[in-house]
Amino acid sequence: MKKFLFLTIIAVFLSSCSDDSDSSSSGDNYDRSGMLTNWADNIIIPRFVDYQSKVGLLKNGVATFTTTPNQANLDNLRITWINVSKSYQYVNAFNIGKAEDINFTRCTNIYPVNTSGIQANIASGNYDFSLLSQYDKQGLSALDYMLNGLALNDSEIIGFYTTNANAVNYNKYLVDLTSRLKTNVDAIVNDWNSSYRATFIASNGSAVSSSVNKMVNSFVKYFEKDLRAGKIGIPAGIYSNGALYPEKVEAYYKNDISKMLLNEAVNGAQDFFNGKHFNSTTEGMSLKSYLDFLNTVRNGQNLSTIINNQFIAIEAVNNTFNTSLSYQVNSDNSVMISSFDQLQQNVVYFKLDMMQALNITVDYVDADGD
Amino acid sequence: MNKKTLHTYLNKNIQASTLAFFRLAFGLMMLFSIVRFVSFGWVDKFYIQPKFHFTYYGFDWVKTLGNVTYLLFFICGLAAFMVAIGYKYKIAISTFFLTFTYIELMDKTTYLNHYYFISVVSFLLIFLPANATFSVDAYKNKKLRFKEVPKWTVDVLKLVLAIVYFYAGLAKLNSDWLLEAMPLKIWLPNQSNVPIIGNLFHETWVQYSFCWFGALYDLAIPFLLFNKRTRNFAFFLVVVFHILTKVLFPIGVFPYVMIISTLVFFDASFHEKVLQFISKIFKIKTTIFSASKAYRLNLASKKNAFKISFLAFFMVFQLLFPFRYLLYPNELFWTEEGFRFSWRVMLMEKAGYTQFYITDSKTNQKIFVDNANFLTPFQEKQMSFQPDFILQYAHFLHNHYKEIGYNDPKVTVDSFVALNGRLSKRYIDPKVDLAKEYESLQHKTWILPFNDEIKGF
Repeated sequence: MKKFLFLTIIAVFLSSCSDDSDSSSSGDNYDRSGMLTNWADNIIIPRFVDYQSKVGLLKNGVATFTTTPNQANLDNLRITWINVSKSYQYVNAFNIGKAEDINFTRCTNIYPVNTSGIQANIASGNYDFSLLSQYDKQGLSALDYMLNGLALNDSEIIGFYTTNANAVNYNKYLVDLTSRLKTNVDAIVNDWNSSYRATFIASNGSAVSSSVNKMVNSFVKYFEKDLRAGKIGIPAGIYSNGALYPEKVEAYYKNDISKMLLNEAVNGAQDFFNGKHFNSTTEGMSLKSYLDFLNTVRNGQNLSTIINNQFIAIEAVNNTFNTSLSYQVNSDNSVMISSFDQLQQNVVYFKLDMMQALNITVDYVDADGD
Repeated sequence: MNKKTLHTYLNKNIQASTLAFFRLAFGLMMLFSIVRFVSFGWVDKFYIQPKFHFTYYGFDWVKTLGNVTYLLFFICGLAAFMVAIGYKYKIAISTFFLTFTYIELMDKTTYLNHYYFISVVSFLLIFLPANATFSVDAYKNKKLRFKEVPKWTVDVLKLVLAIVYFYAGLAKLNSDWLLEAMPLKIWLPNQSNVPIIGNLFHETWVQYSFCWFGALYDLAIPFLLFNKRTRNFAFFLVVVFHILTKVLFPIGVFPYVMIISTLVFFDASFHEKVLQFISKIFKIKTTIFSASKAYRLNLASKKNAFKISFLAFFMVFQLLFPFRYLLYPNELFWTEEGFRFSWRVMLMEKAGYTQFYITDSKTNQKIFVDNANFLTPFQEKQMSFQPDFILQYAHFLHNHYKEIGYNDPKVTVDSFVALNGRLSKRYIDPKVDLAKEYESLQHKTWILPFNDEIKGF
């Protein structure tokens, strides 16, 4: 009998040892460090560096234009701005580290832009872009307004930078907008190149604060809020019970690149999911290979395949769009709605099926029982 | 069974030490459990911080008490301690049952089968003379001191334990568990860094073995414990099984409670030895509890006959209640109608996604609800795949938006659920205004069909 008592005490003791262990200690043996390294070295850092170089070209373009404001320089400047906007679609999802600290995405691409606020800033010549209240008066959409939206024709637009009574402030605003973009991306790239890369890769557990968890949350949030809701849902009236907002599309003043930006964004999301290297067809460790490693089969098919097929379905709908999404909203909004539905399906696959399979929780709570 | 054999059975006695042992062990475990719960900050997290609580059908009147909730936990813990030492036992165990059950009823987000188990056991203990020996009551009052207690008082506890195991085993006899190894196929690989055996968790045969042995274990263990010859072996299995589940899953105090509780199956001589051992440590003379009489219920008295009948009815209810799911159409795992209070443990990996919409009936203005504004992450997680949560939350939203000026707000939801390795599927009819649906024991027609079948119990 004594030995039963002994056995019981041992049992309780053993179980107390494992009691309340941090959930981050549980793991599936997937090489998360490998995945984080691939994300950092082959996707995130090269993408930010690419965006940084495009912002550099934009800055040069602004310098040239403000020195000699003419049609040719405006045309060149617009091209550099489009290239920045395009490159931005591939970093929007990476709201982590320095980007998160400085609210990178919110001060880079809020649209619709606050035009009266911009006019007030220009008039006063006095503004602090780091303030939350200034987020909708800066960034890529503010540049869109400054380069494409000040007037209906180019000579009038150039007039704001030459003959306008306040031309000095217009030029200054253009320079300040660009400098702000440059400062932000420089800070992000510096941080990744100095210490953050190591921090990012070292945090390879599965706790809420781990890199995989944070990155997946950032990615899925981006896909849901910025891509699905921002680019499609809001203009298509999904959030306004059918009231359409063609003026709330991305790059509204340029107007004919919103479809292109959308397609780039969808590509970027799919590339990240598949771990595709920057400027290459090579695919490295990724959410896709993670799911496959866990043998995540749903209804007889790999979940990663289901998600990639859904990307194909999204692209199929989006390819039928007019180059201008605001035109599309006005002419046939039903296509916008079916695009939203297709995007929504992948939101569900990401947020529910994928995060369930990867055991990524929003917040850790002890499931004390069954 | 005729009346005579029934009476003979009811008059059979066993040593009081078994009940006393169980009382002591149960009281201490509950005390530990309460202290643990409070020390983790869970009182604040689960009962004070949330703006809204999910209540059980028919128990809407159970409210959280703000900071007074701590007092409730203190009383509950104190009662558990008094149960353990057997001081004013009847009052103590009744208080424990009431406070503990009240705590559980405050919010069903934290529902666990083992909390229900504790409520059931503590309810039964109210009717059992567990303070007959080795208790402050027995020490202070000679009248309460007994050498023997009726055998049925111990048997009823064994029966409850047997039901928990056997029903948990029955519930595992379903096609997902046995044929698909679900949900262990999802859960085990997440534990691959458990020392030594961790690497095996990716192996399909290991996943299936866990499922089949788990089912077999649950079904067989009550019988192995009842049988004197297999009892030692059975207890060995109990220890191994629960330690394994403890290592693999974050299941808190349940393993201790089960391991210790199954000791009640042993002979009274074992409990006697444990109590003597404890007496020695605390330098208590066991002679102070010495008594020669047996606790006997006068079965001729109406009151006692009623008590016995009531307990018998309670046990029959325990046997039948888990089968109430048979009264509902559609798949049990999908609708969860009749899922709780049925010893269905670790059977589902289920998660959901819910996007609620509020539409003003007059202006037709439609807005999206951010669940994080009203629910804690844990509440949101639990709400997303359980229809009664979804409904209650919908009514809360209706009232909230009505209060802030919406005209008869309609509440609709885009809801998707993924169950046991199936791809997510739409869960709730998106056209139904949930504010116009009401909770009842009837089948909820607005749950979309599962279009699949999980065969078995």
